[in-house]
Amino acid sequence: MQERRCTESGRPDLSVDIAGIHLKNPVMPASGTFGYGEEYAPYLDVEKIGAIVTKGLSLKPKAGNPTPRIAETISGMLNAIGLQNVGVDDFVKYKLPFLREVNTPVIANFFGNTLTEYGEVAKRLSDIPEIAGVELNISCPNVKKGGIVFGTDPAAAAEVVTLVRKNLSKPLIVKLTPNVTDITVIARAVEEAGADAISCINTLTGMAVDVNTRRPRLANRTGGLSGPAIRPVALRMVHQVVQAVKVPVIGVGGIVRPMDAIEFLIVGARAVQVGTANFVDPQAMITIIEGIEEFLIDEGLDDIDQLIGSLEL
Amino acid sequence: MKNYKTIVLSNQEISPGYFRMRLLTPGFSEHARPGQFLMMRVQRSLPPLLRRPFGIFRTGFMPGDCEGMEPKEYTEILYKVVGRGTSIMADLHRGDRVEVLGPLGRGFDAGDPGREKILVGGGIGLVPLYMLADSLKPAGSVRLLMGGRTRDDILAVTEFERLGVETYVSTDDGSLGEEGFVTQVLERKLTKYPRAMVYACGPMPMLDAVYRICRKHSVPLQVSLEALMACGVGACLGCVVKGAGHTEETPRYLCSCKEGPVFRAEQLEWTRLGLEDGYCEGCKS
Ligand SMILES: Cc1cc2nc3c(=O)[nH]c(=O)nc-3n(C[C@H](O)[C@H](O)[C@H](O)COP(=O)(O)OP(=O)(O)OC[C@H]3O[C@@H](n4cnc5c(N)ncnc54)[C@H](O)[C@@H]3O)c2cc1C
Ligand SMILES: Cc1cc2nc3c(=O)[nH]c(=O)nc-3n(C[C@H](O)[C@H](O)[C@H](O)COP(=O)(O)O)c2cc1C
Ligand code: FES
Repeated sequence: MQERRCTESGRPDLSVDIAGIHLKNPVMPASGTFGYGEEYAPYLDVEKIGAIVTKGLSLKPKAGNPTPRIAETISGMLNAIGLQNVGVDDFVKYKLPFLREVNTPVIANFFGNTLTEYGEVAKRLSDIPEIAGVELNISCPNVKKGGIVFGTDPAAAAEVVTLVRKNLSKPLIVKLTPNVTDITVIARAVEEAGADAISCINTLTGMAVDVNTRRPRLANRTGGLSGPAIRPVALRMVHQVVQAVKVPVIGVGGIVRPMDAIEFLIVGARAVQVGTANFVDPQAMITIIEGIEEFLIDEGLDDIDQLIGSLEL
Repeated sequence: MKNYKTIVLSNQEISPGYFRMRLLTPGFSEHARPGQFLMMRVQRSLPPLLRRPFGIFRTGFMPGDCEGMEPKEYTEILYKVVGRGTSIMADLHRGDRVEVLGPLGRGFDAGDPGREKILVGGGIGLVPLYMLADSLKPAGSVRLLMGGRTRDDILAVTEFERLGVETYVSTDDGSLGEEGFVTQVLERKLTKYPRAMVYACGPMPMLDAVYRICRKHSVPLQVSLEALMACGVGACLGCVVKGAGHTEETPRYLCSCKEGPVFRAEQLEWTRLGLEDGYCEGCKS
């Protein structure tokens, strides 16, 4: 066991750096599961979480897909929201005032329908000083244009990242889709194209059928699977990507309890995002932060860096 | 708005397949408005993964267990056992732990005090109407038209009567009250009280019929809708319904957990509302 050192507060140091964004702890919400921050503010102290990640933003407001949009499955849920969002301009007007007052970094998740649109949104987000970094979504399975086509082909992924990089003066996190044969190929492509960090994974494409009506349970027919059901897949992919790239990796997928997050940190994720678990328990992220801290104390570690990437093979 | 880590005070079957559950919720009633709902985590372990939405039937105070003990503030829900979550709920006992998030959403609008108040409930859709009746009663007469498939689907009518609400019961099979749909009763009442306003909650086909009747009689209507929900707080956008003017080319969705579940009829796109989508459990029955 490592020798025990003490931080000034006597508590372990949970802070991490992701591509130059300083986080007081490695826990943040996954895009699309925390609205624009405000929605959950009555239920948890949002200043305690490492960062706030917004719902995916696009150039123009987007209405999203027809209903039904969600279906519960075994230990998970399917969603086909279709990236409904207020658009960049209304985000600045109506959502930013709340975020501005919160003492924690804001990461804006975004996407485009076309390559030019990706560039344009990146440019607009670049101009907003309150945004600490952006997360580029090239992985949404629920929209026809954009989204996933950029995330499944290494050349297309590199192209969009290169363009966004050119239009952006902020740390760039690229979020990958698991719906590929080899995720490391895409990871390397976006790293080379200028990604400062990688988050992995987005939802897995799935389907559910109502046996009574014999119709798909989602109007969109298929949707993105999230929740505990996908955790082992996410963990495997994070492990692979950590080996494949040098940039920091953020682990996402099925994290519900502190131990789930700790698994991701051990395989080398420098931070984690909590998604579906917020719906089940709005306090989930706080419990996870406290659980990580307790784990470090129990293990006699005083810095989270001693835990990150400590997987024994 | 709070997440209550709380316990079940009581849980009884009130009619075959329908239960009444009381939850210990200190401070809840102060914030709860008629038509609001809560999200309940039915057990601490998973699955089921997601919380279940339930209307608030009423809030109140129960005397403490022994003399001199503080009264217990409770929230009461009525629910129908339909699937996994509600089956687990049916097995809960006094003292069992649950979590409830609430009160959530926008409730009913009290409306014009000069108008007759007609409440239309279909089956378990009666739930949000009790607190509404209670709040409307001091301002004048309130009538409840309650419909169900059989007598087993007619719930809590005596509670409404105790409030001084005039109640009219109809069942599809005639096993209790008048035989036929609750909407027939509504037609008659609106002919008699042309200056009424209507509040309705029930299965989608019933709401659709109520909407057509109210439009024909030019009376204002508020409806409480059911939609599949994951978060209940406006974060996931899973619960949307079609707003007025919605078309496929210009989709306009309203968030039913945050902007609803109660809507004024004119806020919604009725021609395309839900019926063909089957997002409403009631449509199947
Ligand atoms: C605002 C609101 C208020 C409601 N109030 C009541 C009430 O007072 N009493 C009552 O008995 N029921 C009410 N319902 C319906 C109730 O939420 C569902 O019957 C319940 O979630 C079914 O859960 P289950 O696990 O038994 O069914 P399952 O079929 O196993 O559920 C599977 C999934 O579908 C969801 N679901 C299924 N049916 C519905 C539905 N009709 N509406 C929304 N989500 C559904 C569940 O939440 C779950 O995620 C309300 C729904 C809404 C949206
Ligand atoms: C309702 C819902 C909406 C989502 N919206 C977005 C989005 O706008 N942008 C994005 O990059 N990911 C989105 N996601 C994916 C999540 O951010 C996350 O990658 C995924 O849910 C896996 O994590 P989880 O299992 O912890 O939920 C969404 C997921 C859900 C469930
Ligand atoms: S249930 Fe999540 S937004 Fe309404």
